[in-house]
Amino acid sequence: MATPAVLTHPESLKRPAGPSEYAKHPINAALSKEDKIELYRKMARIRHFEQRCIRVYQQGKIGGFLHLYVGQEAVAAGTISLLGKHDHLITGYRDHGHGLMVGMGMNECMAELTGKATGCSQGKGGSMHYFAPDKNYWGGHGIVGGQAPLGTGLAYAVKYLGHKGSCLAYMGDGAVNQGAVHEAYNLAALWDLPIIFVIENNGYSMGTSQERSSAHPGCLAKRAEGYGMAWDVVNGHDVYEVRAKTSAALKRAHEESKPTVLEIFTYRYYGHSMADPDKTYRDKEEIKEYREQKDPVLLFEKELLAEKVLTPELSQAINEAAMAEADQAAAFADASPDPTVADITKNIYWEEDHRGPQTTSRGTIIFE
Amino acid sequence: MPVITYREALRAAMREELQRDEKVVLMGEEVAQFNGAYKVTEGLLKEFGPKRVVDTPISEAGFIGLGIGASMLGIRPVMELMFWSFSYVAFDQIVNNAGNIRYMSGGLINCPIVIRGPANGGTNVGATHSHTPEAILASHPGIKVVCPATPYDAKGLMKAAIRDNDPVYVMENTILYNDKGEVPDEDYIVPLGVADVKRTGEDLTIVAHGRAVITSLKAAEILEKEHGVSVEVVDLRSIRPLDEATVLQSVRKTHRVLLVEENKPFCGVDAQVAYLIQSKAFDELDAPIHRVSSIDAPQIYCKRLEDQQLPNAQRVVAEALKVLA
Ligand SMILES: Cc1ncc(C[n+]2csc(CCOP(=O)(O)OP(=O)(O)O)c2C)c(N)n1
Ligand SMILES: [Mg+2]
Repeated sequence: MATPAVLTHPESLKRPAGPSEYAKHPINAALSKEDKIELYRKMARIRHFEQRCIRVYQQGKIGGFLHLYVGQEAVAAGTISLLGKHDHLITGYRDHGHGLMVGMGMNECMAELTGKATGCSQGKGGSMHYFAPDKNYWGGHGIVGGQAPLGTGLAYAVKYLGHKGSCLAYMGDGAVNQGAVHEAYNLAALWDLPIIFVIENNGYSMGTSQERSSAHPGCLAKRAEGYGMAWDVVNGHDVYEVRAKTSAALKRAHEESKPTVLEIFTYRYYGHSMADPDKTYRDKEEIKEYREQKDPVLLFEKELLAEKVLTPELSQAINEAAMAEADQAAAFADASPDPTVADITKNIYWEEDHRGPQTTSRGTIIFE
Repeated sequence: MPVITYREALRAAMREELQRDEKVVLMGEEVAQFNGAYKVTEGLLKEFGPKRVVDTPISEAGFIGLGIGASMLGIRPVMELMFWSFSYVAFDQIVNNAGNIRYMSGGLINCPIVIRGPANGGTNVGATHSHTPEAILASHPGIKVVCPATPYDAKGLMKAAIRDNDPVYVMENTILYNDKGEVPDEDYIVPLGVADVKRTGEDLTIVAHGRAVITSLKAAEILEKEHGVSVEVVDLRSIRPLDEATVLQSVRKTHRVLLVEENKPFCGVDAQVAYLIQSKAFDELDAPIHRVSSIDAPQIYCKRLEDQQLPNAQRVVAEALKVLA
């Protein structure tokens, strides 16, 4: 195997999880007590929303694929908590956490999963295809790696428009082997685009461990060196570390218009999707260890309890409220109507949706 | 005769060909250690080992192109695409390289590759994962495309595909994987380019391929029971080469035609079949040809609506009655 003897992994991951070494990093020190509580609340909301989805799926109300984000919350939470007006993001099909982080409502998110007209994409996109362009969230993409060039294009547009902004393009540890990703890396570096490629390395692409899928010089992020790009490795169980290292990459994007590859080490607790029985390719013990020792939500709760930002009572209230919100979202989805047959042929072409003087083509565009 | 599933029939074909010819190699994402995303290749790694059954990274352009290259040196790669929808990232390899190499080399180079995997809607996974590219691919001379509808055809066509000296793209269907049917244990092939009359009838010919055949057979039952109409169902099985003779023979018998496919209508396979019939059997027709295809839009996610977007027995019956009116 091509895996090198020396692995380039985050220092903090080599030690047992304890208090964050990045709590005092300026980007975290600048957070008010309320900010920290809000960040925790957002992570808890992702956790409870996803866990509620499992039940809705088991009730047969969600079909198709359902890729859960449980275990990876600190990645979306840490990175997205730093974004401003001109920072954009795009990801793959494991896209619910990012959606909730940018401020999408649980109702529209749940209703999309059950295919209802009240869903964020009117029941047309589904679990893998969430979009909230009003919140700078450009999806939700089902084809592995396909979002990397799109993210590069968003970064190009940010630069073109003269905005001080960036794009975060997320992908998995399996996606890095798509040709499109490498073409995007080259373009980003060649044209000095303000993009951060975020590799959410959860150790597996479906049933394939990272070691079985990727040749690399120590870590996946280090491939950036081949393109002269900056890179870093990040402990994705520690939301403070995620924020600290992402802030450096954002600064590079905002101030120098340069790309970065960040490899964030994380873990998914459930199967690849709900269709994956998750019985063959990893140890139950491994999952248990991550859940018990490195859970990003629990670790951050501990951190905030120690900082006396959170109290056990407040934490309980936050979690209960998130569960209640997820329950209510499930009820909302239940009560919502399906799209109609007429809806099937809407939203295919702008001019079909906006028939009027601006319509330029005269031929038939939708066929019987 | 043993009754096995469509999935098992495909597996049996691959197992027999792996045994018969050591140049046959299976390759794709999750085909080996995980036993296949849809378990089509289950047990084959164990039986044949990692030289013959190979897991790939998620690099379709790379590994499909690699398979095409290897086939030029005589390897017979059987490449799994987890979904044919993912072929789009490897389009250049699949069309430009595999499809043109024999022609551009003046016949010097063979490209005996098989690319297989599911190509269907109806599974509630949204637009990116529900493509049916048989028409797009079959529109390129140099490429062969087959769409088995039954376990018997799945095994026979797969074996014929593996033995063929040109690129053959086998479009399976996840919804059919558990369908059962009689499949001989012994070696047989279903030749490429031979359609099959799945049901004989007098009043109307339905031409279909893939799962649309199963849908059409259901509709034919309803038409007979509830409307007293005798329907013949012709299963194309192979899109290219296309069995014109069998289609035309049925048209000459019933004089009325309904074409059913899961593709979107524009430039679908049935656009070609309709042209075939009007150009070679126009005088035989007692009524205009009608079509049922998917409603012309990207695949909708909502399952209840997707079931209506696809051809279903109700839509086929309704359209058949129009042809017969
Ligand atoms: C081009 C393409 N090939 C294959 C797939 C099927 N597929 C979906 S997710 C996945 C694994 C991706 O793993 P990784 O990039 O590590 O992301 P994770 O699921 O771990 O978040 C595969 C093979 C796909 N959607 N698109
Ligand atoms: Mg992964």
